[in-house]
Amino acid sequence: MEENLINEEINEEEITEEEVKEEEIKEEDIKEEKKGGFFRRLVKGLTKTRDSIVGGFEDLFTASEIDEDFYDEIEEILIMSDAGMEASEEIIEELKERVKQRHVKKTDECRELLKEVMTESLMKNPPDYPYEEKRSVILVVGVNGAGKTTTVGKLALKLKDQGKKTMIVAADTFRAAAVEQLNVWADRAGVDFIKCNEGQDPASVVYDAMQAAKARNTDAVICDTAGRLHNKKNLMNELEKITRIINREHPDAYVETLLVLDGATGQNAISQAREFLNASKVTGVVITKLDGTAKGGIAFAIQNSLSIPVKYIGVGEAIDDLQKFDAKDFVDALFDKSTEEEDVNA
Amino acid sequence: MAFESLTEKLQNVFKSLKSKGRLTEADVKTALKEVKLALLEADVNFKVVKQFIRSVEERAVGQDVMNGLNPGQMVIKIVNEEMINLMGSETCELEFQPGKAITVIMMCGLQGAGKTTTAAKIAGKLKLKGKKCLLVGCDIYRPAAIKQLEINASKQEVDMFSMGDSHKASDIAAAAMAHAEKNGHNIVIIDTAGRLQIDDDMMKELTDIKERVNVHQTLLVVDAMTGQEAVNVADTFNKKVGIDGVILSKMDGDARGGAALSIKAVTDKPIIYVGMGEKLSDLEQFHPDRMANRILGMGDVLTLIEKAQENLDIDEDRDKETLRKLKKGKFDFEDYLESMNQMKKMGGLSSILGMMPGMGMGGLKAGDIESQIDDKKLSRVEAIILSMTKEERHDPSLLNPSRKHRIAKGAGVDIAEVNRFIKQFEQSKKMMKQLPGMMGGFGGKKGRFKLPF
Repeated sequence: MEENLINEEINEEEITEEEVKEEEIKEEDIKEEKKGGFFRRLVKGLTKTRDSIVGGFEDLFTASEIDEDFYDEIEEILIMSDAGMEASEEIIEELKERVKQRHVKKTDECRELLKEVMTESLMKNPPDYPYEEKRSVILVVGVNGAGKTTTVGKLALKLKDQGKKTMIVAADTFRAAAVEQLNVWADRAGVDFIKCNEGQDPASVVYDAMQAAKARNTDAVICDTAGRLHNKKNLMNELEKITRIINREHPDAYVETLLVLDGATGQNAISQAREFLNASKVTGVVITKLDGTAKGGIAFAIQNSLSIPVKYIGVGEAIDDLQKFDAKDFVDALFDKSTEEEDVNA
Repeated sequence: MAFESLTEKLQNVFKSLKSKGRLTEADVKTALKEVKLALLEADVNFKVVKQFIRSVEERAVGQDVMNGLNPGQMVIKIVNEEMINLMGSETCELEFQPGKAITVIMMCGLQGAGKTTTAAKIAGKLKLKGKKCLLVGCDIYRPAAIKQLEINASKQEVDMFSMGDSHKASDIAAAAMAHAEKNGHNIVIIDTAGRLQIDDDMMKELTDIKERVNVHQTLLVVDAMTGQEAVNVADTFNKKVGIDGVILSKMDGDARGGAALSIKAVTDKPIIYVGMGEKLSDLEQFHPDRMANRILGMGDVLTLIEKAQENLDIDEDRDKETLRKLKKGKFDFEDYLESMNQMKKMGGLSSILGMMPGMGMGGLKAGDIESQIDDKKLSRVEAIILSMTKEERHDPSLLNPSRKHRIAKGAGVDIAEVNRFIKQFEQSKKMMKQLPGMMGGFGGKKGRFKLPF
């Protein structure tokens, strides 16, 4: 808990003067706003993201004629956000289509259209959260250093706060001190913790956890797994085995598999998602570390090439910095403040 | 398979150029447009790509097509040369302080980049070089980070210094220096917490350490999978803290590693090591030219050709001999062993096969190759060859059942495996016969796969 407080303090201090001003204005707007907590956090977390994307976009929407250069520049900004070639092109094509349909002539009228298109492309697979309703096992997977353990800790607190009997399972038996790290998170969240020994077969840990979960009548079991690169065949097989054991040993539970992606990841994210989808039917994506300057454009790339919904985003190191993904808010937050205010008031 | 689709892309582009007689401006533009897309897909930063394309275009347009090359090959040659220019052409080493003076290395980077693991890997590597290392745990924020370093240190059997998580990082670092002096360590590796480059307080923590302790090498650890962000991260760390080198982690994944090019372009700092796996020994020297080639996609083939060409200049006779052997398929176990070792150095047979033009595209899928060749098999093959006498290696026809029996015993394998290998060897020989055809540039007549040079 103490460490948590330190982090909070640091986060508080890091806000520069400019941001403080912005913050004040926002705060006023948001007081009347019901979803305020989330939005403020998102905006705060995404401030830098916004700066870089909007910094580019702002210069674009001057009331000039729409030409190829205009589209090229949008594409460039999208690519710079890691949205990837394909997704960017698709967004541009759709934008062109709508510009034609609605007889838009000037670039400044394009802003809302672009937001619309971007939001829709993120909503191809809207997120759902069945494990909030049902007895569930949530398996958290991803490559090394994506932020799995942190996400597990944050998610555990979320579910516990909803009144669920929650259990964390440490199935990362490989990395040194991974269990200790998770133990700290379990303490912070105040939930049950099943641990293993370093080097133990993770599948056996999961097996034990399933028995314990049934015996203790646990509502939500969250399994942390070791980071694994998706091109390592044996590690992916291990994941398959873990998935099998969960399904076999706890057949009544709804199984959610969350893939954690580092927000700074480039196009490799698609390859990751594809392989993890093969090994353990991934049902949702968590994009972490979006409080940096990473733009999380891979959200577009993932939506474009694979049908997995983005369910959460991580915007900070504090335990409550895991937020449900909202496409509209995500896109809004990428655009400038005046637009945000309109949206908030609307 | 790493870089596969990039390879395919580039190959398609250059195929379309091959039929044309001369390198025109339009040719260059079309080709470079595709190169641009391919590089973007490899996560090379957009601005870096733009700059790169511009410089290639400047060089390529108006330049005469060299004798013996077709326009496509010419463009590849220039693209390749410019890539290498950008990546830097030398392999770098860590610099140590002279004599018994302590060299201080500080790790830094974003969360989850792999600092702690890499710190331990470096310690292990330097230990092998006879250095006495001290790992210092300065990550006071992430739960159990110090514990992780402690465990890794004991695995590597190097010393570790920590003061828990209630002291300031700079204080820990300073105390570690005193500890190192007292205990005769000559390398101090400071592991720091992961931080966002925009987090000014956390960045100040790093400069504080640098003020308290004379850090000789500040190493930035960057995840090879990083996208467009790599530029911002590297640039900011360099400006705010000052970095001396970069380590690219998780290179054993299938990321194309475009980040390497971006980082080099914005910071001009050398990439020193690449992390190639989770084991603590998996840290390798970085080869800029190889990496450039790898991003380009025709990499290792280019390397092979370059080497062949260099050799041709230096020792024409010996090389002619190799070529002759290759062409005629007179290729013995000794050569086989040699080429196996070379391939191992270049990242395994499968990656080379996958990168050979045609191989990646043709019937052989990378996965197939991978399933056929695994490293264990290769080392058994090695054992088999090493169990042969010199004569046997040169003249496979000597191998009668009794000799095979002895070899099987020596290599610790079943005799069936020896037989299988010898059979496979004969097949490889046939394959090698086709190889000179692929080396269209020098010697092959009508090679199916023309090489860029």
